[in-house]
Amino acid sequence: MYKLILAIRYLIKRRITYFALLAVALCVFIVVVVMTVMTGLVSDFKQKNHDFVGDCIVGTESLVGFAYYEDFMKLLDETDFIEGVSPVIKSYALISRRGSEQSYGVEIMGLDPVRHSQATGFGRTLYYRKSDVAKAFEPAYGPNLLGCVLGIDMAMQRDANSRYPYAVSLAEIGFSISCFPLTRKGALAKAGLGEVNTQTFYYSDHSHSGLARVDSSLVYLPFEQAQLLCGMAGPVGRANAVHIKFKPNVKLQAGCEKVASLWQKFKQEKAGERQADLLDTVTVQSWKDYRRAYIAAMEKEETVMTVMFAFVGLTTVFIVFVVFYMIISHKSKDIGILKSVGVSNADIIELFSGFAFLLGLLGSGVGLFAGWLFLMRINRIEKWLFEHFDFQLWDRTIYAIGDIPHQMELRVLVVIVLSAIAACLAGALLPSWQAAKSKPIETLQVSQI
Amino acid sequence: MSRDDFILETEGLYKSYRMGATEVKVLKGVDLAVRKGEFVAIVGASGSGKSTLLHILGALDKPDKGVVKFEGRDLDQHSGSELNRFRNKMVGFVFQFYHLLDELSVLENVFLPVMASRSVVGWFACRRWAKRRAGELLVQLGLRDRADHKPYQLAGGERQRVAIGRALMNEPRLLLADEPTGNLDSATGNGILAVLEELNRAGQTIIMVTHDERIAQRAGRIITLADGKISG
Repeated sequence: MYKLILAIRYLIKRRITYFALLAVALCVFIVVVVMTVMTGLVSDFKQKNHDFVGDCIVGTESLVGFAYYEDFMKLLDETDFIEGVSPVIKSYALISRRGSEQSYGVEIMGLDPVRHSQATGFGRTLYYRKSDVAKAFEPAYGPNLLGCVLGIDMAMQRDANSRYPYAVSLAEIGFSISCFPLTRKGALAKAGLGEVNTQTFYYSDHSHSGLARVDSSLVYLPFEQAQLLCGMAGPVGRANAVHIKFKPNVKLQAGCEKVASLWQKFKQEKAGERQADLLDTVTVQSWKDYRRAYIAAMEKEETVMTVMFAFVGLTTVFIVFVVFYMIISHKSKDIGILKSVGVSNADIIELFSGFAFLLGLLGSGVGLFAGWLFLMRINRIEKWLFEHFDFQLWDRTIYAIGDIPHQMELRVLVVIVLSAIAACLAGALLPSWQAAKSKPIETLQVSQI
Repeated sequence: MSRDDFILETEGLYKSYRMGATEVKVLKGVDLAVRKGEFVAIVGASGSGKSTLLHILGALDKPDKGVVKFEGRDLDQHSGSELNRFRNKMVGFVFQFYHLLDELSVLENVFLPVMASRSVVGWFACRRWAKRRAGELLVQLGLRDRADHKPYQLAGGERQRVAIGRALMNEPRLLLADEPTGNLDSATGNGILAVLEELNRAGQTIIMVTHDERIAQRAGRIITLADGKISG
């Protein structure tokens, strides 16, 4: 009991402990703010990638694609663990606005908007047709025209506030899109004629996926049109991928394993049939593996940030060490007194460890509260900085998120608080051990002099 | 007289300290025996080793050589936890500079030895008794109204009486006082000595260290320490 009483009184009555407390609070504050923003950014980025591709992708890297995708989709539709399946054509094309002679290279994705919205978050990324995705490729100004959905950064530019100037009505803009159809062997289908497949599409909507590369270079086309443009239509039609969404209770890994197993059986059944060799290039991947190249970079940044803050944590350990060293030097008489009334070495270590624990708990509590207060106002502070000093802390063109993430995650907070307490205990360990080892008679005699 | 009459015996105690390259021999073979209920004063010049001897008797320090027996048992045979228990239950210390904990109130300082020997649960089980006992000691020592004060709010004599209260809290068999009046004016010092005399009359065994012959006269027996040995 005396350990608790003394630990609390040391904490309250020693002014130097306020500095240690402030150091812990500051460290926790900084780590909470940065980790919240960083974790929010990473989880948002992951969610957007997940929304973009669905749960599982059966597909090939080859632009030739693979055959019998419809048969495989039927097989998937018969299962009880799948909610949505969508075939996709992926290729590259040249796009030019009608009336302009300039062409740009873009990626195209052919899809059925309804099926794709069932398998991915495509429908939610639309602006004009969000509530009626079936009409995603029907321009409002000409329902009979062939429509295309542009990545938002291809459709409009951000204003001075880095926000999109959404128009109430859709402008009538036509685009010529030229593709390079490939034979099943990968050769240009019309190379001998020196031709490419060209088709005119009209701007029917734009898609804001929140993924910078997707929004700046991807054009969505109706599935059948894209299949024709890429030379993948025919008696044995081809697609590049099938995107799958699992039912809510299905775990990602388990679902992917089931799909992979189905695919293996399907492939064996198709062996020997026409174009069956194309099935060998197909892989089954979870969304995390499929988008690994993009997500890994963000995760690395998060890891680097965590390591950097581990060094900040080391600084806390050092500050606490110095403060404790000073306090314990100052309290050597108390240690002698306690030993003279029979307190053991272990109890002395416990006393100062308890003191360090309280310091860590209180410091991290103050830091957490300050961090919460700051995060709740971070977007207002950022706006104020922009309005008064023309300083934009959060460039939306880079992060593709409207607001700075500020939702604190309990898991992250628990780790931060436990780390702060551990840092305090680590900082107090050596001074406490030295205090416990000191001979009572030395401390009592020194203080007598 | 039987051996059971002795509370404390020492045989050939030696103790030296290193001061830089020099070894200072403080005790050079001290043989001492104290009977139960005695009030013994150890006198000697400054640096004669009397405080060192007192600390060894109270197990705050260890001799280089020799034996200290408390109620017939060699202190050297005690484990670390037994020595902690010995300091907590068997002896009470009164220091020249009081050595009270500034963070605790007067009452808390007095019952500190009880708190120190018990777990949180154990403390809650006996806290009423401990507070009552500490309160009674403060009344006995004339500090009834000072219970809630902090040590730095008290005068020197009052602080020393608090230290005596703390030393008596666990009803120790032996009270060790190291220059208990050394930091007090003579009137206040007399008051402290009166308290010690009264305790001794009630049966408390006391060993007091002092450099002042007049103060030593208040004890029942005087032992003189000179050149690291008992000389009289």
